[in-house]
Amino acid sequence: MRLAIALILLVATLFVISLVVGVAAVPPGQALSALLSDDGTPVAVVMRDIRLPRAILAALIGAALGMSGAAMQGYLRNPLAEPGLIGVSGAAALGAVLSIQLGLNLLFPLALPLASLAMAVLAVLLILLLAGPRGSSITLILAGIAISALTGALTSLVLNLSPNPFAAADIVFWMMGSLADRSFLHVALAAPFILIGGLLMLSLARGLDALTLGEDAAAAMGINLRGLRLRLVLGVAAAVGAATAVAGAIGFVGLVVPHLLRRAVGARPSALLWASALGGAAMVLAADIAVRLILPDRDLKLGVLMALVGAPLFLHLIFRTRKEMS
Amino acid sequence: MWGCVRPSKLKTGLAALLICGAAAAGARAESASARPPAPMPPARVVSINLCTDQLALMLAAPGQLVSVSKLSHDPDSSSMAEAAQAYPTNGSGAEEAYLLAPDLVLAGTFTAPATVDMLRTLGIRVEQFAPANALADVPARLRQMGAALGREAEAEAMIRAFESDLAVLSRTPARRPRAALYYVNSYTVGDRTLAGDILRAGGFANVAAEAGLSRGGTLALEQLILLDPEVIIEGRDYPGQSRAEDVLHHPALRALTGARVAGTLTDRDWICGTPKVLSAVRKMRDLRLSLEAGE
Repeated sequence: MRLAIALILLVATLFVISLVVGVAAVPPGQALSALLSDDGTPVAVVMRDIRLPRAILAALIGAALGMSGAAMQGYLRNPLAEPGLIGVSGAAALGAVLSIQLGLNLLFPLALPLASLAMAVLAVLLILLLAGPRGSSITLILAGIAISALTGALTSLVLNLSPNPFAAADIVFWMMGSLADRSFLHVALAAPFILIGGLLMLSLARGLDALTLGEDAAAAMGINLRGLRLRLVLGVAAAVGAATAVAGAIGFVGLVVPHLLRRAVGARPSALLWASALGGAAMVLAADIAVRLILPDRDLKLGVLMALVGAPLFLHLIFRTRKEMS
Repeated sequence: MWGCVRPSKLKTGLAALLICGAAAAGARAESASARPPAPMPPARVVSINLCTDQLALMLAAPGQLVSVSKLSHDPDSSSMAEAAQAYPTNGSGAEEAYLLAPDLVLAGTFTAPATVDMLRTLGIRVEQFAPANALADVPARLRQMGAALGREAEAEAMIRAFESDLAVLSRTPARRPRAALYYVNSYTVGDRTLAGDILRAGGFANVAAEAGLSRGGTLALEQLILLDPEVIIEGRDYPGQSRAEDVLHHPALRALTGARVAGTLTDRDWICGTPKVLSAVRKMRDLRLSLEAGE
């Protein structure tokens, strides 16, 4: 309970900081009061139409990625399972790029998150198929490398084939992720899918706890493993797909956050789900504040920052896994 | 015909080509510095740069221009795509240009140095044109092209027409509305660019100057909104979609009550310093007049 309050306070604080930090310097008091006035003055427009959707998206996307990481790790009982590393985010980005380049999102806007979701479902299914129910580290990581490489290459190919001269430069965005200049249109596209995905993953709580005792024990406790797997696939795909469709592939959130919080929740997968959602929200909000403070006018990509934090941790985890195996 | 064909062209295929070509180029460099009286105008001219394409299309004698660059046929990039259709295109590479057996190649100062060096080594005269950063550069480029093609009289006539038209179009208005040029990837341009000069000639004041940008640079959406320009003039979209263009559709651009998104300045309007920029100046002036009428 104390952890929940602490995390909620952290997210709330970072949310407010995210609102008052920006390329343009606006006094914090004036900025926050402008949030409440719909008068079309420049400060009000900046606050309501640019910074508010950005902060909301950062929190939503962080929550989606953090919880997806916790859910996949709980199901596979492997701390290396992370949507970005195992190619789910990359596949979602490919889906988004395809729907944009084929013009599907012009026909109906929901095509963007739906295409991401579809590709993410494929990637999650492929991972589960390749890694097996116990999710051994080697097969998991090898499958992840293969899927990441393939989807990354296809994303680059699609963008290079585009008639638009700026599409090729978008490769960086889709691979690294950014929240610059997002609007409430993007919030409206992503939020419903992230909420549905989040609810599906929260419904896994009891099953994931039971799975820590092994599959047979879980089945004996009345857990429907097939149903559990289906909800996991759809939940992760919806959350990661929607997050990636509007912000690009942001890696390592689902790896770092559960790792940091696992001990605080007593290693219970059910508690790790909501804790990682809050922790992920805080992490992406913090990263998005940092990119605006470090290089205000250059749109530093979120993925760059996350990789700087996440990659060393990933190496550390691999090292530890290797020690456990020997 | 023999008189116009340079001897180095006959050496095609000879093993000594490179050496002789270099020697010929060296000899020509000397003679160029000595300024010989009235050289023969070039008979086969190949242009490998979008802007030299357009200047050559305007000034070349019939049959003088042999080939234009590929971009010239693209209506999104070239303001003379229709006129260019009559000419075969080249991919701007040294190999292609050389095989067209030109006696003059027109290139930009930003054309790949390897291409230009290769052509010069092969003994072909290459004339390079700097990009225009202001409307005042247009007469200079016309004069340079006129001299390169041996069409000085035509160039001077075109310069006179350009200058008198520009003087009429760019009369200083009573009040300059504050405007911003906003392109893909949050790019904007300041006064010391051709696009900025077109905006100024059209009677606007560029807010990029207030943000400290005199050339080009990124202006974050937040900064643009806080500058609160009266008009936001957008760079027009290219076909297909890209995430980089999303910023032009951001709802915040339409949410300002004091500003309006009006008018576009497409890339082809300001990439090249040719007399065609007058139509962009006219477009900006008409936009300003319509805004004043609406007030």
